[in-house]
Amino acid sequence: MSGTNTTHQPALRSALGRVRGLGTAKSGAHHWWVQRMTAAALVPLSLWFIFLGILPLAGEPHAVAVAWIARPFNTVLLLALIIAMFYHLELGLTVVIEDYAHSDGKRLVGFVIMRACVWLLGLTAAFSVLRIAL
Amino acid sequence: MDTREATYAGLTSDGAPIRRPMSPHLQVWDNLLMSTSLSISHRITGVIVGAATLLFVCWLAAAASGPAAYDSVAWFMGSWLGYLMLFGWSGTLFFHLLNGIRHLAWDVGYGFEIREMYASGWTVLAGTAVLTVLVWIIYLVVG
Repeated sequence: MSGTNTTHQPALRSALGRVRGLGTAKSGAHHWWVQRMTAAALVPLSLWFIFLGILPLAGEPHAVAVAWIARPFNTVLLLALIIAMFYHLELGLTVVIEDYAHSDGKRLVGFVIMRACVWLLGLTAAFSVLRIAL
Repeated sequence: MDTREATYAGLTSDGAPIRRPMSPHLQVWDNLLMSTSLSISHRITGVIVGAATLLFVCWLAAAASGPAAYDSVAWFMGSWLGYLMLFGWSGTLFFHLLNGIRHLAWDVGYGFEIREMYASGWTVLAGTAVLTVLVWIIYLVVG
């Protein structure tokens, strides 16, 4: 075996698995890690949005809501919320599809539809915020 | 027989074929309490909160589109169906958020004692109720 730190790896990972880049030594850990990072970011961001965004804006007219979104501090936090929210949603729904769709075909279709929906929703949200703010 | 089905095949001590129980062994798990039921609830509430992002996107898109669209969305949010959706969304969001913090604590190695797990589980449920009621009091009284 070439390389210095691969003494016991070949027994645990097949050559095919290595080529595909699957498994916890590569993208598996990345998925796990980013899901936790976005989760941690969403705790303060969603509490901020609920208590300092939705509640004060409830019942207010369009002009007030737009002025709130356009304030730079709020614009940045809204974009951060949108990115963390839809990234976290994509990662979560990926696991749900992996667990319940038992054939490769169903998984593929599920992933494509899910990612299309999540990305379009996220882009719509981000574009709306930017259009108001800029 | 597929591989999934094959894992159920077993023999009794008499040598007679038997269908082995499914794992996790649901009949011996503590379903009503703080491990299994909160775990699956975390996933279910995650999916519901994910669907509720539609409301969030509608609100932002309407704000970007103009006063007429914004007023229609505001009208819908104020209808009984809108209230029902917002109420369901707030409850599931707070549960997912608080139970998510519980999961993050587990991820860094805290709270694995059975006693601690029950305490954190009840805290999540109580916290969900408190935050949901608090938000709706503010929404209905102040908003």
